[in-house]
Amino acid sequence: MRTPIAYFLLLGGILFSLGTVGVLVNRNALRIFMSVELMLNAVNLTLVSFARMHNDLGGQVLAFFSMVVAAAEVVVGLAIIVSIYRRRRTIDVDAAREMRW
Amino acid sequence: MPLDNVVFWVFAPIAVAAAIGMLVTRSVVYAALFLVVNFGCIAVMYLVLDAAFLFAVQIIVYAGAIMVLFLFVIMLLGVDRIDVRSERLWLQRPIAIVLAIGFVLEVGAAVRAGVGFATHAPVGFEALQPAGNTQAVAEVLFRDYFFPFEATSILLIVAAIAAMVLAQRKVRAITQAELGEELENEAADDVEPEIEVTP
Repeated sequence: MRTPIAYFLLLGGILFSLGTVGVLVNRNALRIFMSVELMLNAVNLTLVSFARMHNDLGGQVLAFFSMVVAAAEVVVGLAIIVSIYRRRRTIDVDAAREMRW
Repeated sequence: MPLDNVVFWVFAPIAVAAAIGMLVTRSVVYAALFLVVNFGCIAVMYLVLDAAFLFAVQIIVYAGAIMVLFLFVIMLLGVDRIDVRSERLWLQRPIAIVLAIGFVLEVGAAVRAGVGFATHAPVGFEALQPAGNTQAVAEVLFRDYFFPFEATSILLIVAAIAAMVLAQRKVRAITQAELGEELENEAADDVEPEIEVTP
């Protein structure tokens, strides 16, 4: 492989910051959730890059576990969004304010 | 120009463009589809990084299962009703963009200091996995990380049960007495129909 590892790390950083922007500016819970998925993927890309850089398969296994946890997180998160929508007919994150201090 | 360089420079801009498209598009469905494109590009990056197993897992789990779940929920909630678009804090967007640019610069500095832009991956990664990437990953997974793997199965079961509990409708069992009462009410409504007065 001739591509420098740094390029993959930079791509991961760019995707992570784009996901951060999505989390910060959106108020639609589904969009925020998609941006979180983008951030998780960027971190997985970084893990696989470091696995390649250090000739160690542990990074790939950790990325695999991270995917499994992300799948579980999506299932529970979408169920929460659906139940919030049933209760108040909106998924605006500013609308759920019972626990606000 | 070596082939993996070409593949990287073709798919990395597509990944970034799809991520930006996900942020700027107005439709939630388009955002989900842009995210699928982005996941596909990241899968190709895994292939370039000699992680063939994770390439397949990325396509199956992310582009397949997770995005289908997202689209299912978008359709379930109603595409046209769920978009929220008004700004409450007018400085939020510029500040977020400035912070993101700062974060990218910071990552660049850290990569330059820690890894260096000219560092190539060491050769001999294939020698570590004589029977292929999938067998090598399986060996590490089931030998060194067997306990986390088993813990993951419990996590998945708990998540599935939690999703069912959270998303179910609360349906109460109706007793026989309540059913009779309800029928009486309906009969009363039939006798005395409600008259709607429209102003």
